[in-house]
Amino acid sequence: MSITYIDAIREAQARALADDPRVFIYGQDVGSFGGAFKATKTLAERFPGRVIDSPLSEDAMMGLAVGAAVEGLRPIIEVQFADFSTVAFNQIVNQAATLHWRTRVPCPITVRLPSGGTAGAGPFHSQSMEAIYAHYPGLIVMTPATVEDAYSMLLEAVAIDDPVIFCEHKYLYNHLKAERLPTEAMPTGKARIARPGRDMTIVAHSAMVQDALAAADELAGEGIEIEVVDLRSVKPLDTDTVMASVARTGRLLAVGESWPWGGVTAEVVSRVACEGFGLLDAPPQRLNAKDTPVPAHPDLWAAHRPTTRSIAAASRKLLRS
Amino acid sequence: MVTALNQGAVEQVSSLRDEFVKAYRFMLMGRLLDEKFASLYRMGKIYGGVFLGRGQEALSVATAFYLKRGDVFAPLIRDCAGRLAFGEPMLDAVRSYLGSPLGPMRSRDGNVHRGRPREGLYPMISHLGAMISVVNGALFAHRFKGIEGTVGATSIGDGGTSTGSFHEALNQAAVEKLPLVLVIANNQYAYSTPNSRQFACKCLLDKAAGYGVDGQSLDGTDLDATLRALKQAVDAARSGKGPQMLVASLLRLCGHGEHDDASYVDSKLKGSTLGRDCLKVAEEALLREDWADARALEDWRNEAAHKIEQTVAQVRREAGPDPYKEDWCALASRHLSEVHEQGPGE
Repeated sequence: MSITYIDAIREAQARALADDPRVFIYGQDVGSFGGAFKATKTLAERFPGRVIDSPLSEDAMMGLAVGAAVEGLRPIIEVQFADFSTVAFNQIVNQAATLHWRTRVPCPITVRLPSGGTAGAGPFHSQSMEAIYAHYPGLIVMTPATVEDAYSMLLEAVAIDDPVIFCEHKYLYNHLKAERLPTEAMPTGKARIARPGRDMTIVAHSAMVQDALAAADELAGEGIEIEVVDLRSVKPLDTDTVMASVARTGRLLAVGESWPWGGVTAEVVSRVACEGFGLLDAPPQRLNAKDTPVPAHPDLWAAHRPTTRSIAAASRKLLRS
Repeated sequence: MVTALNQGAVEQVSSLRDEFVKAYRFMLMGRLLDEKFASLYRMGKIYGGVFLGRGQEALSVATAFYLKRGDVFAPLIRDCAGRLAFGEPMLDAVRSYLGSPLGPMRSRDGNVHRGRPREGLYPMISHLGAMISVVNGALFAHRFKGIEGTVGATSIGDGGTSTGSFHEALNQAAVEKLPLVLVIANNQYAYSTPNSRQFACKCLLDKAAGYGVDGQSLDGTDLDATLRALKQAVDAARSGKGPQMLVASLLRLCGHGEHDDASYVDSKLKGSTLGRDCLKVAEEALLREDWADARALEDWRNEAAHKIEQTVAQVRREAGPDPYKEDWCALASRHLSEVHEQGPGE
């Protein structure tokens, strides 16, 4: 039996619904249809009255989640594409993210954002929003890169007493498989060494972890051992694990699928430069998407974002410096 | 006007009188408290702005008047009086305006952004329309948990009806058939923008019809009219008839905030029935119906003023917040909070 990343997301929701009567799922087409990506397939039948279709109103979806959370429920909101969360942005960053700080009333909402690019998806179905949400106080931002993390981190997201932005990568939905669901999990806030290596560190999250691992495989053939750090959550960001890796390798390449201005890669480089400058044997580097909207055509899209090839090329360049 | 009096039954007269007097006294308390805040603002004692409900107290009180324990109320900026009617302690209001850390927002938020969500009083954010779907969520949760018969009321102005949040939430309430009472105070101006630049429908009530929501319009300057309309709407929502929208016409008898001289308000509007002061209208009704005499009005006013002075004096003795005692943690899950270096120490 094999479990895909999207299966893991569905099974985590099924378990959350089964284990906790306060949990419900609200979003567009999530009911009997099972969601645009089938992340809630069969859940409406298995949990009557708890997997509910919403009108096409992201702002009101998120507002409803806040009110329900105040009254003690644990909503899971499926935003059909991460890109559409901009419509709910106000309720997320101003309402949900400030509530506990202002009132001491926790706001346990899980916001599922099908994120990242896929070939042909274009400017409005491809975005990675994690950096924007990580910028705001009061939010946890998770970016699982494996089937196991998709499952265990989603369960943890539902259990956390704060709003969690759960960035699940659409490309990974059906491309990643595992033999079984995990029985143990790393805690949120801890990064994972996805591959050990001595020559340089690549810090990545979400689907870029898989591309970084593929690049590391490629470079292993050239005798280069790359350490890949999977951040798992970008907020909190596990600076300690990153720093320890850079201490071992002396070189840092931060890779992100989103745009170059600011963002997760800038945060990683900034922290290492501020707190671990002496650990570096070469200037830290970043690799991001190009500073344009995400193009639709697969050939343009493949050149827009970091790929295994461009990560390998950037790694070689960094190792020469 | 208080026409029900003429219908007869002593029992009814007595209860109508009691309701009216009770509501009036909340209006009066709200008005005087607002005036105190305005005075403190001019003295430079307030952190942030001061936003008054002058001219809207009848509607504000009526919005909260028929709510019960277990109901939800999400007031907006001109609801000082309605908050008192819902049961907000005056101390909460004064502490929020004066920045006391003993207030419900612990100096982290101020003035009109106060509340006690666990007790059904939701603290507004500044983005208009955003509280409506939050109230929907509370009502949805009540139904989800099997709690029956609760109502959620929230207020908004004419300007707020132009926001996307308003439309999304009103539609959502209708689709879910939630017991929402949405009260629109059409006070003719959104800050300085007149109705003519705000909407092009004949009446804001048209917006209710567009979503299949029951609605009624009313004279917001008349306490009796507002009490009747709200009683009917709250009863309808409570009995499962779905969301109810009310559009009250009135005039804001002050600036948007105390920083605003409201010089843009059309003098014709001020002279029209919209420009009546609801507090005076209610006082005239009390005297006319012989429900109170001038002496009683004076006593109530003095009593309210005394309570306000006492409360303000108490809060002004309270120390301000200590930045060194703040935990500077936005998360409930403290273990997931990041500690950021602020650069080299001194």
